[in-house]
Amino acid sequence: MMNLVIYLFNFSIWDLGNKMYEIRFHGRGGQGAVTASKILATAAFKEGKWVTSFPFYGTERRGAPVAAFTRIDNNKVELRTQIYSPDTVILLDKSLMNIINVTDGLKENGLILINSRKNDVLNHPELKKFKVAVVDATSIAIRNRLGDPAHPIVNTAILGAYAKISGIVKLESIIEATKDLSPSKINENINAVKQAYDEVEVI
Amino acid sequence: MRNMNKNWNIMTGNEAVALATKLAGVRFVSAYPITPQTAIVEKIAEMVANEKMDAKFIEVESEHSAMASVMGSELAGVRSFTASSSHGILYMHEMLNWVAGMRLPILMAVVNRSIGPPWNIWADHSDTMIQRDTGWMQLYGESNQEAMDTIILGYKLAEHKDILLPIMVMQDAFTLSHTSEPVEIRDEMVVREFLGDLNLPFKIDTNRPMGYGSLMPPDGPFMELKMDMKKSMYSAVDRFVEITKEFNDLFDANFPGPVEGFMMEDADYALITLGSISSTAKYVVRNLRNQGKKVGLLRILLYRPFPKDLVISYLRGLKGFGVVDRSSTYGPYGSLYMDVISSIYGKLEIPAANFVAGLGGRDVRVKDFEEMFTKIMEGEEGEIWINVGVK
Repeated sequence: MMNLVIYLFNFSIWDLGNKMYEIRFHGRGGQGAVTASKILATAAFKEGKWVTSFPFYGTERRGAPVAAFTRIDNNKVELRTQIYSPDTVILLDKSLMNIINVTDGLKENGLILINSRKNDVLNHPELKKFKVAVVDATSIAIRNRLGDPAHPIVNTAILGAYAKISGIVKLESIIEATKDLSPSKINENINAVKQAYDEVEVI
Repeated sequence: MRNMNKNWNIMTGNEAVALATKLAGVRFVSAYPITPQTAIVEKIAEMVANEKMDAKFIEVESEHSAMASVMGSELAGVRSFTASSSHGILYMHEMLNWVAGMRLPILMAVVNRSIGPPWNIWADHSDTMIQRDTGWMQLYGESNQEAMDTIILGYKLAEHKDILLPIMVMQDAFTLSHTSEPVEIRDEMVVREFLGDLNLPFKIDTNRPMGYGSLMPPDGPFMELKMDMKKSMYSAVDRFVEITKEFNDLFDANFPGPVEGFMMEDADYALITLGSISSTAKYVVRNLRNQGKKVGLLRILLYRPFPKDLVISYLRGLKGFGVVDRSSTYGPYGSLYMDVISSIYGKLEIPAANFVAGLGGRDVRVKDFEEMFTKIMEGEEGEIWINVGVK
């Protein structure tokens, strides 16, 4: 009976098997990349996964490049190194592609999710080896008055898109984690998550 | 899959420490903020201000004063706490010796950070290795769970009537302090029962005035008191084994105790580590085992007192081992290496290398541990620096 209960419980969530998923976020200071890595970890944690999330701490300031990381596994995560070959890269600001190698170490056929309009990254030579998805998280954030139009906070929107295309974490879990970790504008953040979930496109 | 019936939450190492001080019934906190420890102080100040934690919080102008004020409160019989990092700990060095010599079971949480210059805020054990001879016990954790549990176990050990010595409990900067991961929250009522009340036999009593830390001439019991301190400290290894067992039974936990042997049963080669790099080392041990290599890991949690007999028992029968030091010290070899080698002197003859790795937060990667294991399997000895050279 106990086995059956455990089986049913396991069946109700995404099955990662024994694979550990490594996700790297790139953004600029103020866009919410570090919080995004925490919300994603919290969402997967709510589904019973083992998670770690950590920022790359350098000299933080608004506008400077920022990286943050999340690991998700069914089993306890033992690795405590930086992430060198992520399964997924989430890019909160596409202008970073001009100044850093955002796909550095990304696994072949790995997913890169970009905050962009489709045409802006279509046929980009750097992205040919990867599965590319886009969502206009900036417009969604502005529409929901997250941040201000000059500095929109795009982290919750991009996670809604990630829930749709990754198969790693459920939309409901992202919404619950967003409720836990949003300091304000909870409904606006949830709307952004849902709209991005509907609007994300794989190209 | 985590056991979903338990009370888990996701939190950083700093948050785990702050919450643990509340669970442990700490009644007095004095601290000065320093990166990467600051979040501990902020969280405690918030809990005290919101009346979620029944403690007095005193802001001070320096770490020296922070340690001086917890010395006063502890002497009044109140369970006291402070936290610091790096240069903050250097600044309280004088007071660390005072607190230990006065046999006050104060607990300090440390977020291990390098010592400058060059200025650097990342993980490195130099800040507490420098303090290893102050008379404080030292306990190094590997995870955020241990960041919480070592606070609870640390008070229990320090306040034991046969020990009565201060203890510092360590976690690594950023790798734990700013990393979020699942932590099982210990039940507050059970923690309080486990610890009981602080019962300091020589606390300040206005009806019975006493002098503390007074002048002691050469023929006074100065030397006898120093010997008693050393004996008390070394009795703490066995006490810690007992306390760990009690803790694990109460909380259905699996805290390892003074040391943790990982896949050591039939190992031919092993690494000895402290702190959070041990997790990655275990990952590498598992991979090498899958390739048929008989390797293991010995992790030291209790570094002062140094659990020499336990270390000997784990090393017996090995064909070679390596000791990883994550600190800059200027003896002939690294501090941990010298402690291990002096412990086994005359008892075991095994080739041993001393690796220096991860200074100033440099990542200790999977391939770095693979390189270390390769070197010890090839019989290399002496001091070997890992992953150095500006790229």
